[in-house]
Amino acid sequence: MKSHWFHLMPYKDLPEDFKDRYPSVWVDVPSELYDPIKGHEIYNEYLDELEYADRLGFDGICVNEHHSNAYGLMPSPNIMLACLARRTTQAALVVLGNSIALYNPPLRVAEEMAMLDVISGGRFVAGFPVGSSMDTNFAYGQTPATLRDKYREAHELIIKSWTTPEPFAFNGKFNQFRYVNVWPRPIQKPHPPVWIPGGGSVETWDWVAERDYMYAFLSYFGYQPAKETMKGYWDAVDRAGRDRNPYRAGYLQLVAIADSDAKAEAEYAEAASYFYHRCLHVPSYFAAAPGYMTLKSVKSLKVPFSFEFLKNLKWKDFVDQGFIIAGSPATVRERLREALKEMNVGHVMTLCQFGNLGCEQTMRNTELYAKEVMPYLKENLWNEWEDRWYPKPLDSQHRAKAAAL
Amino acid sequence: MQQARVSIRNGKFTTSMQWGGSGVPLLFLHGAGGPMIGAPFLDELAKHFTVYAPAHPGFGPGEGIEHLDDIIDFALYYLDFLDELQIDNPHLVGHSMGGMLAAEVAALAPYRSNRLVLVGAAGLWLDETPLPDFFTFNPQQLVKAALHDPEGPLGQMMLQQFQSPEMMLEMHKCLASAGKFMWPIPDKGLKKRIHRIQQPTLLVWGGSDKLIPPAYGEAFLNVIPGSRLVTLSNSGHLPMLEEQEAFVQAVTNFLLE
Repeated sequence: MKSHWFHLMPYKDLPEDFKDRYPSVWVDVPSELYDPIKGHEIYNEYLDELEYADRLGFDGICVNEHHSNAYGLMPSPNIMLACLARRTTQAALVVLGNSIALYNPPLRVAEEMAMLDVISGGRFVAGFPVGSSMDTNFAYGQTPATLRDKYREAHELIIKSWTTPEPFAFNGKFNQFRYVNVWPRPIQKPHPPVWIPGGGSVETWDWVAERDYMYAFLSYFGYQPAKETMKGYWDAVDRAGRDRNPYRAGYLQLVAIADSDAKAEAEYAEAASYFYHRCLHVPSYFAAAPGYMTLKSVKSLKVPFSFEFLKNLKWKDFVDQGFIIAGSPATVRERLREALKEMNVGHVMTLCQFGNLGCEQTMRNTELYAKEVMPYLKENLWNEWEDRWYPKPLDSQHRAKAAAL
Repeated sequence: MQQARVSIRNGKFTTSMQWGGSGVPLLFLHGAGGPMIGAPFLDELAKHFTVYAPAHPGFGPGEGIEHLDDIIDFALYYLDFLDELQIDNPHLVGHSMGGMLAAEVAALAPYRSNRLVLVGAAGLWLDETPLPDFFTFNPQQLVKAALHDPEGPLGQMMLQQFQSPEMMLEMHKCLASAGKFMWPIPDKGLKKRIHRIQQPTLLVWGGSDKLIPPAYGEAFLNVIPGSRLVTLSNSGHLPMLEEQEAFVQAVTNFLLE
């Protein structure tokens, strides 16, 4: 079982009455709310947290891409991994990922990812999300109905650019080149592991399973609804004729660890509320532009896609419904093991920092997980399976070391 | 009038069309909200013209949107449509997105059609009068922006229709298709081609259109030489429904001149 440390890098200083005063945390949230002086502190704190996770032995550290929002301040996650590549030594550097339909040409992504793989000595994991509707359609102006075609073409181009040893021509619908010739080439062969973060769309499952990639379900709504999604994915894996190796699957989970179950609420409830009520304050009209989801996916939804149900939920609901796995190390261990086992998941992305949780508390949460939870999961889950989706870095004698400051 | 199923380019596109009447042909191109099948103004126009009112690919019963990538593909589809159905020299009447489309058809092939009527047409962009982002509108916002009198019976009826999940799904499908031609801003180069429009052109605008405000009527007036603008002051974005009689009269008078 692999444990990763995922950072969203939220803006921590939204006003108390944010959700009453502003219609959305994304797309049209005025940038005057962002104080760059506080931002300076926060970015450096967040990078410290990720570096700490590396030192404590997390298997991977994860970052992702979002635009025009206060929910996650990484318009360019590759810049974050570039900072981390030289200050960490063990953890996989996971970008989950780059929204490749947004880049013209997408070869820029192939180049930057190859750079990260080479700088880090092959510790890099390439994530390719379609991207949320807020990011892609509203903030970056992409046509909803053609976004997925553009995404798939960009993916094909990037993989081909990493695996073809000489220049080639590419005549796509969205991209045309006489000379595709990416320098540098990645260290990992045939290319870095590919992880596909998804929100549960039917078409993505089959696409991932057919290509033998890893599927990471990034949900904030706990393991009960996730069970259904993962079942859909495993059915697609069966359809593709592949084995049920748990390392084909990743799952994101908020964790809040304290000395006892009772103390967890006092230590984490405010940050949880900040996350669910401010960071996820997205109105349904931005959550899915018409055409962003295929008609098939829209029809399969029981209610229109929306975050509005979060409005009245409180700490007790978050914990009872498993949005957050909270409590003493023993409680967290058991609940997490049960969820991961039931869903057959080999990679858990823990969210130890969420909402406005402070640096000190985040470090403590991280440490408790690393010492009290991670070893137990590693020991008790999936040792009979080989993880073919984890990076294969250079062995330590071939790894360059950053000079001491 | 009657319904017919139509196939274009050997079944690459199939759609349903309401057609009938007598007189010179008139092609009605509907807006992003979907085909206006059964609307009485079409019957009124059919008293003077042979009306063809097809559903676009990707709207209602129209299939084949996957073969259209942009507004030029869309306009060429309608030139194929006219050729295959042997509709000679039709008047073009286009509403909203359909107005943008009609203007493109007229600009690409000025000799293939007769007179041109643009009703609350999309296709231009004015920085000083930005269009609202109707792709984000809920039914209440849509009705409020579309109608001169949102509280009236037409508004009530529209809100009633939006209560059905099927209708919402249909609306979703229409807007997804419309996005191919209008996302995120419906200025896709018409301004570079609009000088090619040769035919007499009538612009019809609702005086309180909040979806495509009357300033856009003025903008079209400025770029289509010899065009005329009729403003129906008790209409919003749907003058053919809100002031049917005045609308039909204005269009008919112009086309029969």
